[in-house]
Amino acid sequence: MDPTTENFKTNVRKAIADNNLSIALSKLSEGFPAQRSKAVNRLPEFEDLRDQAREIKEHVLKNLDFYLEKFESRVLESGGKVHWCRSAAEARSTILRITRAVGAKTVTKSKSMIGEEISINEHLEQHGIEPVETDLGEYIIQLRNEKPSHIIAPAIHLTMKQVANTFRKKHLHLAPERSLNKPRELLEEARDELRQKFLCADVGLTGANMLIAETGSIVLVTNEGNADLTYSLPKTHIAIASLEKIVPTLEDASTILRVLARSATGQEMSVYTTFCTGPKRSDDLDGPENFHIVIIDNGRSDMLGGEFNDMLMCIRCGACLNHCPVYKVIGGHAYGWVYSGPMGATLIPNLIGIDKSHHLAHASTLCGKCEEVCPMRIQLPRMLRSWRQLYFERHRVTSISRQLLKIWSFLATWPSLYRFVFSIIIAALVSISRKRGRFKKMPFFSKWTKNFDLPVPEGGTFIDRWNRRKQL
Amino acid sequence: MSINVANEPSVGLFATCLVDLMRPSVGFATAKLIKNTGCNVIVPIEQTCCGQPAYNSGDNVGAKAIARKVILAFKNFEYIVVPSGSCASMISNHYPTLFKEDGEWLCRAKDLAKKTFELTNFLADIQNAKDFSAGYDGVVTYHDSCSSLRELQIKDQPRKLLKKIKGLELIEGIESETCCGFGGLFCVKYPEISSHIVDAKISDILSTKADTLLANDLGCLINISGKLKRRGSLIKVRHIAEVLANMTDVPPIGDGFMEKKTSCK
Repeated sequence: MDPTTENFKTNVRKAIADNNLSIALSKLSEGFPAQRSKAVNRLPEFEDLRDQAREIKEHVLKNLDFYLEKFESRVLESGGKVHWCRSAAEARSTILRITRAVGAKTVTKSKSMIGEEISINEHLEQHGIEPVETDLGEYIIQLRNEKPSHIIAPAIHLTMKQVANTFRKKHLHLAPERSLNKPRELLEEARDELRQKFLCADVGLTGANMLIAETGSIVLVTNEGNADLTYSLPKTHIAIASLEKIVPTLEDASTILRVLARSATGQEMSVYTTFCTGPKRSDDLDGPENFHIVIIDNGRSDMLGGEFNDMLMCIRCGACLNHCPVYKVIGGHAYGWVYSGPMGATLIPNLIGIDKSHHLAHASTLCGKCEEVCPMRIQLPRMLRSWRQLYFERHRVTSISRQLLKIWSFLATWPSLYRFVFSIIIAALVSISRKRGRFKKMPFFSKWTKNFDLPVPEGGTFIDRWNRRKQL
Repeated sequence: MSINVANEPSVGLFATCLVDLMRPSVGFATAKLIKNTGCNVIVPIEQTCCGQPAYNSGDNVGAKAIARKVILAFKNFEYIVVPSGSCASMISNHYPTLFKEDGEWLCRAKDLAKKTFELTNFLADIQNAKDFSAGYDGVVTYHDSCSSLRELQIKDQPRKLLKKIKGLELIEGIESETCCGFGGLFCVKYPEISSHIVDAKISDILSTKADTLLANDLGCLINISGKLKRRGSLIKVRHIAEVLANMTDVPPIGDGFMEKKTSCK
């Protein structure tokens, strides 16, 4: 998918005009944040766990090469294969090569953000291989030819009615009298459809929530169990992961799991947590015959040790989206690419460049709620400010706002001139509307006064009035 | 500039640009509150803005130029008190970041940072202010400004002070910690998003049935009152300093002098 981050303002207008979206998003604000808060309150050591989880990631990022090589040797020992891919294109062709080598026609797939990032589905389709999303939300948006609007709840932008309509349109066998009014009914309809796909898939493609260096295992976390059917039924399992997903030990993985689901959905643990290590062993009852892990860089190593290093600690829980006042109004699609919310606004410019994504960092009130709830304590507002600074230095800030800012900054360093200029403006505003107390319209602020009344200044400046009083 | 009285700590009042230009009465209320705790209040004439508009727009060069002026104007006081969470945090948290690669100014910035306090923080924690002769006949709800809450960890201080005001009943909104959508230049750049965020904030304020909204940041207050007024609400919006200092003669934010009599509960 080509990013539409450059059209952010148009995307925002569309999002705000979409009634279904605002209904869907209102449910998000009531759900996840309250659940998270309950889960956190039930676990007294939650704050300590956050510190521990962050320390693990800090340590890993300083020793990334060591742990990745250790992981590789463990995977090889267990009979799996490791593929290192520098870019999205390299990852796409590697995955295509593996699927072709086993003669695959159908690939079942569990939810993976890195899969979205490298547009693997489009690539497989273009080469005659059918990818089938098996996560319910991903399945729905695949039918609708949409992108995920949330990193853990990809179809959160849709109402139940929209989902029912999509099924009726795309599931041609569906009897008109079959009821699709309840979540359970929608789930069953999707399950019936997907069951056959699971059974006939040649390759199962999964992401990985973590890679464990100590054992060469990958960790898969879902609520639907779809990843387990995805990887265990076909003969070939391909897992894809970006390189910062590595953790040193099983113990470390369990620390991160303890903060992951609580931060995401408020569950103590997600319903399914699976550790997969290599292909099926001789005494295993089931499992894939071939196991491939595709480890993708795609811009991450450039972030190491720099201003945006900490973004590599992100465990994709979605807490920053769930709590973001801006995300709750515009949803994920407005951000214009696969990631959204505060983590998206911070990560995206690292991956596609600031030229294409400079709106995102400015679309934040810097309220700090994201940092407050981030299990890894990532300083998202600090990094959003850093992006703003980089844009400003590259002259990407529109000229009118830049000129106004320059005038303000100039006046602010010349207090007497500042006071003289603003005294005149204040006197003029007060003489127009002191009695009414506010303006319904104001030149230069017309976009703001479309929705807000602007209060009239009280009169005089504080500094002048204070000094006059002192002299009396 | 008045001469420092012996044993009275000297406090430099940084009024903030919004108080200076939009609502001087908050400045007078702040001065009165500080003075009542036994301090000598001085208002340096060389002050304008803390530099947030530039800093939050990525213009660190512009922000530094303003910050240097503030540092020089306030360096000699024992305390610097600011009736705004975001401007206090700009000085105490962000000035040191701005000058992190500039040794001499970093020292000065850090020196200023450690003696700068947001007003309710100063009154409640530093001066342990207890005696308020103020009364307020009304039901109040309090909005936590994001910078106060998350950058300065100010939560109990304003509530502790409001409890001492006779006649005042405080009702907490469930979403008192949620952003109001102001965000400085954010509300000018993305007014539609800002408008939706403040609508959610207002729903929460209305659910408390309070007749007055208080906060410690004029940015948030202008934003929330701007939307309340547009929606025709009669809820009064004031800076907390006005109530604490018993200086509520000035009409609430966004109410004209004409409306003084009608804007009641």
